[in-house]
Amino acid sequence: MAEHPDPRDEIVEHLSAMRAFAMSLTRNSALADDMVQDALVKAWSKIDTYQPGTNMRAWLFTILRNTYYSHHRKARREVSDVDGEMAASLAQKPDHDGRLQMRDFNHAFDQLNAEQREALVLVGAGGFSYEEAAETCGVAVGTIKSRVNRARKQLIELMQMSDDEVMEATDIVTTSIVTNQKNVA
Amino acid sequence: MCVYRQKSDLKGDMKQDRKITSLEQAIEANLKRVYDDVAGQEVPDRFTELLEKLREAEKKSSSETQDG
Repeated sequence: MAEHPDPRDEIVEHLSAMRAFAMSLTRNSALADDMVQDALVKAWSKIDTYQPGTNMRAWLFTILRNTYYSHHRKARREVSDVDGEMAASLAQKPDHDGRLQMRDFNHAFDQLNAEQREALVLVGAGGFSYEEAAETCGVAVGTIKSRVNRARKQLIELMQMSDDEVMEATDIVTTSIVTNQKNVA
Repeated sequence: MCVYRQKSDLKGDMKQDRKITSLEQAIEANLKRVYDDVAGQEVPDRFTELLEKLREAEKKSSSETQDG
């Protein structure tokens, strides 16, 4: 073992996570991979800002999201959703309901802003604690919590809307109950 | 003004709660799927190649510095 191991040797272990995080920010695989490439070059040259022994994945994700916010935000809208729909159609044999829910989810997820998506993904899929997510995004823990909560609430509302559309076509009785309930609320 | 909800509304509420619970579960599962689908893929060679190139470029420039 080398006396002073280069922390950059560890970067390779985080490549797949970086791609996954980039994908959830951009929702477009070509853009996501370009973003990872830019972030890798930056990470390489800025390695002195990484403190050995701390969370390297969080450090890399911070560089990745900065790359996204400085370069790719404008481009996002024009190319969004293509991969989402493709992913939904390529997904492995879910049952009918599962497939509908997945399509609804992808559609709803695309309508969130990037800050909500990153907060949700870091905490809900990336295994980050609220504290780690807050550090990665450079905001307070409370901000991350409220972003996650708001994002979940918004996803539920959006998915409910498309859920209702399906019901209207298939189940008039259920729809009338839901509609009544909505009128009360 | 209606203070007490009617029985049928309560039933509707329960149905609504169940629906939200199932949506919450779907959201959690789909979030993981979106992430894991990509995280589980093999990393394209361009990234490992890029890291190798960066390493090579650095070796070259540091040996040049030493030589000169």
